[in-house]
Formats: sequence, structure tokens, C-alpha cells
Amino acid sequence: MSSTSTPDLARATLGVPRLLTGHGPGYGEHLRALGPLPQRAGLVDEIARSGLTGRGGAAFPTSTKLAAMAPRGVVIGNGSEGEPLSAKDELLLHNRPHLVIDGLLATAHALAARRLHLVVGAASEEPVRRALRERGDADAIEVTVAPDRFVGGEASAVVDLLATGRGLPKDHAVRLTTRGLRGRSTLVQNVETLAHIGLIARVGGERWGAVGVPEDRGTRLFSISGDVAHPGVIEAPGGSSLRSLIAPSSPQPVSAVLVGGYHGAWVGRDALERTVGASSKHGAIPAGAGILVVLGDRSCGLRTAAEIAAYLAAESAGQCGPCVNGLPALADLVSRVADGDRDPRLPAQVERMAGLVEGRGACHHPDGTAKMVRSALVAFADDVAAHQHGFCRAAR
Amino acid sequence: MTEAFWALGRASGVVLLLLMTVSMLLGLLTRSGRPLVRLPRFGVLLAHRNIALLSVVFLGVHVVSLLLDPYAQLKLIDVVVPFGAARAPIAVGLGAVALDLMLAVAITALLRRRLGHRVFRVVHWAAYVLWPIALLHGVTAGSDGRSLPFLALSAFTATAVGAAVVWRMTDHFVEYRRIRTEPAR
Amino acid sequence: MSASTALHIDWTRCRGRGMCTELLTGLGRDEWGYPLVAGGGSDLPIRTHDVEAADDAVALCPVLALSIRPARPTR
Ligand code: SF4
Ligand code: SF4
Repeated sequence: MSSTSTPDLARATLGVPRLLTGHGPGYGEHLRALGPLPQRAGLVDEIARSGLTGRGGAAFPTSTKLAAMAPRGVVIGNGSEGEPLSAKDELLLHNRPHLVIDGLLATAHALAARRLHLVVGAASEEPVRRALRERGDADAIEVTVAPDRFVGGEASAVVDLLATGRGLPKDHAVRLTTRGLRGRSTLVQNVETLAHIGLIARVGGERWGAVGVPEDRGTRLFSISGDVAHPGVIEAPGGSSLRSLIAPSSPQPVSAVLVGGYHGAWVGRDALERTVGASSKHGAIPAGAGILVVLGDRSCGLRTAAEIAAYLAAESAGQCGPCVNGLPALADLVSRVADGDRDPRLPAQVERMAGLVEGRGACHHPDGTAKMVRSALVAFADDVAAHQHGFCRAAR
Repeated sequence: MTEAFWALGRASGVVLLLLMTVSMLLGLLTRSGRPLVRLPRFGVLLAHRNIALLSVVFLGVHVVSLLLDPYAQLKLIDVVVPFGAARAPIAVGLGAVALDLMLAVAITALLRRRLGHRVFRVVHWAAYVLWPIALLHGVTAGSDGRSLPFLALSAFTATAVGAAVVWRMTDHFVEYRRIRTEPAR
Repeated sequence: MSASTALHIDWTRCRGRGMCTELLTGLGRDEWGYPLVAGGGSDLPIRTHDVEAADDAVALCPVLALSIRPARPTR
């Protein structure tokens, strides 16, 4: 497995960073650093050995998804990145398009897939098309621009975009890997996941997974924003603590962090030593799509949570009754808490409304919104109590 | 004997008008999502479906009896292809249009799960066209179509269906309409 | 709950017409009229004595929003 690796290749693929290396996006530089994409037999096994999990948010073991695919299916690279605070997919498509393309080609080859798609945000279309033109082996990849919509990144919405052009989440009787785009077995994989596959195809799963911790191997991209001096994207090995992840961005004194994005969870400053990982196992905070929003101690977390809830309510795809009716009601309740409405029943009403929308939509949008709101009530419990007594700690 | 076919044709026509009217009203009530006094919502739906299917049966009786009635001079083709009948082509033609629409509505309703909701819904809208055409057919083609009792019956059913359609267009029509936002689609 | 099948609600279709909520005791209605599964979520586990009612609900839902699926968390 390791016969093709050279010391250079090892440095380019096995260290940290390995995705956000400094070199430019051209195919020449890509080949100089990594060499050509080897046609590796047994890639699916290598991915299983690597322990790679999806980097799009659901953190599903990639090998499980691959194993569910039938031959002659569809592989879709998903770089649509609906979360406004996520920047990693765009950065990756601008800086390492060839690594993503390698991952897509290698996956499609390993699965004997018939159709290859790359769905990207509008800003990434040009760099991706340029990269595809640079190489001769990627003509089969069809590029589609995703609408800039929060729920547009959902796997079923991406499939709907390719099938109908609308990009709305669908209720799926069976998994996409069983019946997806035009009835074919379909794999939707985040572009960061594909980039990692591009590396695994070269060095094998074992060596790729040498970095990180057993429960979260390899590296992961994080988009960091909020009350920080240097927002941006960083790459970190699995098992990193929340504190170490946000440190390079020079945060203000931290009051809380929203981990995982708008569908993520707020954690207070007491959680800074916890690791951020693929799942909540081993006490880790789930990374979701790798979004970290830092809240400085001069901001009101309830205000921020209310604004996000209102945004999410407006981003409902407008298809499902409980989502269409429940999310605005939920956002309204949260903003009343933030506004200092002293009705003592409010927190319980927020809780009830969160429970009423949860699990009652075709996609996870209501669930994610409920989760974010619930975690805010816990992380900002002191603020809720303060608001109920008529003052706000942030408004000093 | 031939008199009997004519009488049967006429009687089945009147019954058809009544069945189709009740079916329209129950269909509208189904769409509103409201129960009917003691009859639950699914009861309203089942009643709508069964009465609608019964009207298809009576349509069969109506057509067969008039085909067998020598005075009507009706050919099979006139039953399905409108406006070609030897006698009263317009009046008979309206009946043929109504029959075609009714079969389309009935067949798409029965095959709803196979055809999908969109096809079903679009074709089902034809009921709003089919009902007035059928009524007009009754008034123009019926041998007693312009007799006082039939005109009174027509006016009565038209008022009922008309009122229901007006209700359909108000805010109060769908249950919960005023407290919820309907998803777009 | 050892039910092996579940009544699944496709929320993109359901318009809260309340037909199914009359047929199945496990379904209530939320404040907007949409069906509310007792345990939450989009799937109502079908117990043996509910099999017929569930089939009826599937057949009668005016917008074809209901289906019977193997009882498992689908996503
Ligand atoms: S749950 Fe909400 S966002 Fe998701 S498909 Fe339904 S209406 Fe759209
Ligand atoms: S019968 Fe159909 S439309 Fe009515 S509430 Fe149940 S699922 Fe929704």
C-alpha cells in the first residue's frame, strides 16, 4: 500500500495541515506535491480502515455510506454550503480543487459509478470549472451551482436540485444510496470528505488516520467567526479542544461558543477544554459542519440566539406545515426572552415549541433549529434568569 | 316497452342530478377538512366517494336506457363524442362533455395512488365545470327539462352548489385557515 | 413498542386535513391542525390492533401524505 509514497508525498499528505497547505490551486502544483491519482484497488476498504466520517455535518461513517451503494450509481460532491457562516468548502474549492476532484474521481471509480456531479456555491463555480479544464480525466464531472439557501445543502435537496432544478428537501421513503437521483443509487458526499478521500487514495487509510484520536481520526476544517480578531478557516487534528481551536483566531474573552453552526449547540466557557469531535461520544462536542461562532462576554447570547432563530425560521423551505408554522412561533418566543419579556411562562413555552417542531419536517431543519434554541436556554440559563428580572448582563 | 326506456332515462337523469349535487357538496366539505355534524371527516370523504361512484353507475343506466329508447335516436358515438347527434346536437353534446369529464374524474380518482396527487388534483378540478354542464344538459335535453318542477329542482341544486363554492372561496373555508400559514408548494 | 411497521407522514404533502387523526388514536393534532404523533416525530408505530386503521388512513388521506414503512428511524 505504501510503495508509491515518497518522503515528499508523506509530508504533503500526512501532516497538519494537509488540506490547507500553502500551495496554489493549479494542477501542476497539485501534481508536484502529490503526484498523479493512483488507481487504487480496494479504496472502499482503505476508507473503512481510515475511520473517515462525513464532514458535511451528519458525521456518518463514510465507509458505511459507500458500502450501501450499488454499482452504476451517482456520486455527488456537495460543496453547496448553505450555512452562511461556513467558509471551508468554498476555501477548499478555491485552494485545492484538484484534491476534491481526485476524491470524487477515486470514489466514483471505486463504486463503478456512472454519473459524477459537483454541486458548488456560485462563488466557487469559476475556480472549479477552471480546474476541470486543466485536467483531462474529469470530463465526466458535471458542475451545478446551488442556490444560496440554508436548507439547499441537505442531501435530498441537492438531489432535487439536480433532478428538478429547485433544490428543495424531499421526504425519502428509502435512503438515497438505495434510490436517489432518477431512481439510481446515489452518494452525496461533502467536498471536504472527498478531499480526504483524495489523500487516502494516495497513502492508504492507516497512514491517513495516524493523526487525530481513535474516535476522530484525520484532520477537520473549522470555520471560525463571531467575536474574534481573525475570523477564518483552520485545519486541526481530531481530538482538539475547543480552546485550542479558537485560540489562533484571537477571541475576545469568551462567554460561549456555538459549535456546529446554526443547527449546532451553544456551549458555555466551561466547555472550552472539551474536545470537538465527529460525534458526542467520549464527551466530545459534535463538530457538525465545523462551524464555531465565538460569543464574547460583552454580547448577549440570547439576542444572538434569537437572531439566528429568526433567520432559520425565514429559511424554512416552506413545504412542511409544522416547520412553516412552528419555526416563526419558536423564533418569536426566543426573541421575547431576548427582549426581556418577564412572563415567567416563557422558558417553558420555548421548550414546548421546540418539542413541537422537532422531528416534524422532511429535513432536519426544524430539529436543528430546536437543538440550537434548547442549547441556548441551557448555556445562557443565567441570562434567562437575568432577563426575567429585568436586566441583561451584556447591556452594561 | 320503449316507453319504459324513456321513463328510465328521464328518472335516472333526475337521480343523477341529485347524486352529483350531493357529491359536489360532500367533496367541498372534504376539502374544507371539517366534519359534518355527527359524521367524522373520513365519513364525509367516504360518503363523497361512494355517492360519486354511485352517480357513475346511474350515468351508465341513464346512457343505456336512452340508447335503447328509439325516440332518442341516440348512437353510441354521440354519447362520447359531443355535438354530432342527429337530434338536439347541442343539448345531447353537453351530456357527452359531462360524461367524458365525469369518467376522467372518476378514473383518475380511482387510480389516485398510481397517478400521483398532482394529476388527481388537476383533473378533479374538472368537477367544477362538469356539474354546471350536466345541469345545463338536463335543462336543455330533458323532455321535461323546462317543466316547472325540474326547473325548481335545478334552481335549488344550483343554489346549494353555488353557496358551497362561495363558501369555498372565503377565509373560513379550511379548518385552521385563519391561525396557520399554509405551506407554499 | 415492538411494532414492526410505522405510519409515516410526508410533511411536504400533509395539509393537516385531520383525516388520519380521526382514525388512529395515537395521533393528535397540533395547534395548526397537523397530526401529532404521541411520541413525537414523523412515524407512528403501528400496533396490531391499529393495522386496519393505518391502512384506511393511507387510503383516505386526501393528499397521499401517508405511507407504511418498516419501523426504524429513517435518517
Ligand atoms: S422541514 Fe422545513 S426546511 Fe425542511 S423541507 Fe420541510 S419546510 Fe422545508
Ligand atoms: S390525513 Fe393526510 S393531510 Fe390529513 S392530517 Fe393526515 S396526513 Fe395530513
